[in-house]
Amino acid sequence: MSQALFFIAALGAIAGACGVVMLRDAFFSVLALVAHLVSLAVLFLLLRAEFVAAVQVVVYAGAVMVLYVFVVAYVGGGEDQPALARRGEQLRGDSSAGAHVRLGAALLGGALAVELFIALLGTGLKGIGGHGAGYSPGPQTFGTPAYIGKLLLTRFLLAFEVASFLLLIAAAGAVVLAARRGGVREEEPGPGLAPLDMPRPAGTGTMAEAAGAVRRQ
Amino acid sequence: MSIAWYLAVSAVVFALGAIGVMTRRNPLVLLLCLELMLNGANLALIAFSRMWGNGDGQILALIVMTVAACEVCIGLGMIVAIYRRRLPIDVDELRELQG
Repeated sequence: MSQALFFIAALGAIAGACGVVMLRDAFFSVLALVAHLVSLAVLFLLLRAEFVAAVQVVVYAGAVMVLYVFVVAYVGGGEDQPALARRGEQLRGDSSAGAHVRLGAALLGGALAVELFIALLGTGLKGIGGHGAGYSPGPQTFGTPAYIGKLLLTRFLLAFEVASFLLLIAAAGAVVLAARRGGVREEEPGPGLAPLDMPRPAGTGTMAEAAGAVRRQ
Repeated sequence: MSIAWYLAVSAVVFALGAIGVMTRRNPLVLLLCLELMLNGANLALIAFSRMWGNGDGQILALIVMTVAACEVCIGLGMIVAIYRRRLPIDVDELRELQG
């Protein structure tokens, strides 16, 4: 059961990653990344990291991806905006250069994968052949919210606080970066309606009224 | 499944993300590929955490997620700023800092 689930989730994760890299439209890339993140959350569950899996789905696949979708919708997202893309091809010479770059990148990525396989699987660690340390289900055990919360508020309190401060700075920085500036048109102080210009009967509030020239109705 | 399988998946995801960073030109997709690389690293961290039966790896994965969220925040802010200035959304053409 867990093996079947592992293979389904692993295939989903890798297929999602391929989709992110290969799909032409940025919007579909975002959707592929959502599928990848959900599959990865299943893998986390299989590794007994329940809390991290929940955070992955709620925060990552939920909130962060919504942010992405909004920016893709705002910017337009297509891989090639026609005019700019054409100019890019002119700058780059011909389109065969792009194919060369792609081939080289694939070769480098394959080399990186081989190197990672050697580094991760070729270690002398005996543990990686096993199924992990002993695990007994329970409310306080490894990976539950209670366990993670206790670690975050005791041993890793400093890291927790620094991360929250970093989030604050990043939020402020994003506002500063994306704010309108330079060439902003101020609100024109046109002939707006002042409080004293409230609609009033003609002639009232003038000297003529004081002199009795305006009859009161 | 033994831990090695999870590590293999994490290596493949990381390499795919690296390929994406090298080939794609849209900065939005570039950010997505960075997310892929971070997720590969996260999977390895959690697999090792399971291997030792120790929660430190999971905490580190959570911190990595936080940093990734910050990176997304700043990156998307920069993309919106680039778009506002009517510059091309293409990392090959944004080469003012190249010298």
